[in-house]
Amino acid sequence: MKIAALALATTFAFTLFAPADALARPLRNGGKLLLTNGISSLEGASGGGLTPWAVIAGNETSDGIGLSGHGTLVEVEDYDYQSAGVAIGIRDRLEISYAHQNFNTNDIGVALGLGKDYAFSQDVIGAKVRLAGDLVYDRMPAVAVGVQYKKNNNGAIVRAVGAKDDEGVDYYASVSRLFLSRSILLSGTVRLTKANQLGILGFGGDKKDAYGVQFEGSAAWQLSRRFAVGGEFRSKPDNLGIAREDDWFDAFAAYALNRHLTATIAYADLGSIATVKGQRGLFLQLQAAF
Amino acid sequence: MSIFLSLLLLQAAPHAMPGEEAVDPYTVDDRNAGATPFTGTGMADAFHGQEGIRRIVAHFVEGNFADPVIGEIFANQDKVRLKRVLFEQFCYILNAGCSYTGRDMASAHKDMGIQKADMNRLVERLQAAMAAEGVDFQAQNRFLSKLAPMRRDVLQK
Repeated sequence: MKIAALALATTFAFTLFAPADALARPLRNGGKLLLTNGISSLEGASGGGLTPWAVIAGNETSDGIGLSGHGTLVEVEDYDYQSAGVAIGIRDRLEISYAHQNFNTNDIGVALGLGKDYAFSQDVIGAKVRLAGDLVYDRMPAVAVGVQYKKNNNGAIVRAVGAKDDEGVDYYASVSRLFLSRSILLSGTVRLTKANQLGILGFGGDKKDAYGVQFEGSAAWQLSRRFAVGGEFRSKPDNLGIAREDDWFDAFAAYALNRHLTATIAYADLGSIATVKGQRGLFLQLQAAF
Repeated sequence: MSIFLSLLLLQAAPHAMPGEEAVDPYTVDDRNAGATPFTGTGMADAFHGQEGIRRIVAHFVEGNFADPVIGEIFANQDKVRLKRVLFEQFCYILNAGCSYTGRDMASAHKDMGIQKADMNRLVERLQAAMAAEGVDFQAQNRFLSKLAPMRRDVLQK
């Protein structure tokens, strides 16, 4: 938690170094191009569905303060997952996000000895700073760094399955760019994490209890102002002896219903989760952004 | 006196055309357009040649002047000249057979107080104008990719 506080303080400090004249300008409303705020990733940071991008939540530019809220449902073979969260984007520079995640084991809960419909839950507080560049305009792509403090609410159970901790901090850096000449967005993220299945199965484990480097990426093709399709990848750690963890993939379609609402549907392959293989299914999200 | 006047007119000739307000002298150069043109005729065809570009520019300029957000930035601008130089700039970049005789982007937008949100609004106006002309979305974005780097010179410093 101390590390998280330090990291958050550092990100706040970054925003203080923003050009004084930019901060002196009065705030205004409205600004980003459709879809360029991304959607809300599983852990609440704006980006793709599985991974953050180097974009800041909300529809505002360097002259405004934006907000976003989202609800996500993931229905895979044996489990279902819901998350809801909010984020604030300050002057297209600093993003603070919160997400509450709920992971229901349904019938598998019985097999795991937890009871039918046993649900894990977790809270994630995130901060992200866009350090440089721009998603659309400048020569330099958008570059951002972020932290995510995660607190699992099922400490006793996650320790019982082999996790070493019920809280943890992820650190990541993202580079994102919309290549207008091809209508293609590419984003890559490097993450340092100890989290098992995002942290829903705790942090660290009997196999490994050290930070590992993970790679995440999104590619999207914009078919119209409102509509984009793409795919994502997210590599995962594998810290728990009893439950193998696989890399994640998805194929998505995102549609801007209007300036504020973005609906996303994806087919996700989440591999093996909590000993049960072949967890594939639908990801649905509605995001509101201002 | 008449010689002096005609000299003055001669000097002013490339800077402002009849019906346009006077502008301070500048050096005419295609590089003032702020982007290198596309090669080949693909983009010019996608924009339906000079006639299509003229319709897009007319739609775009009228839309900007009438816009509730950015209209006030345009209110004091020379609409006649803007239509002409924008047409030349688009036509030049799209390789549709024009030279650009307007000012460079930094000079043309100096002291206009344009913010990022205004720029995005402008892009949306241009997207609407291109869509109305029936320009394919991928071709729209290819054109925007030539304009995007100009934001640096257009924004309020």
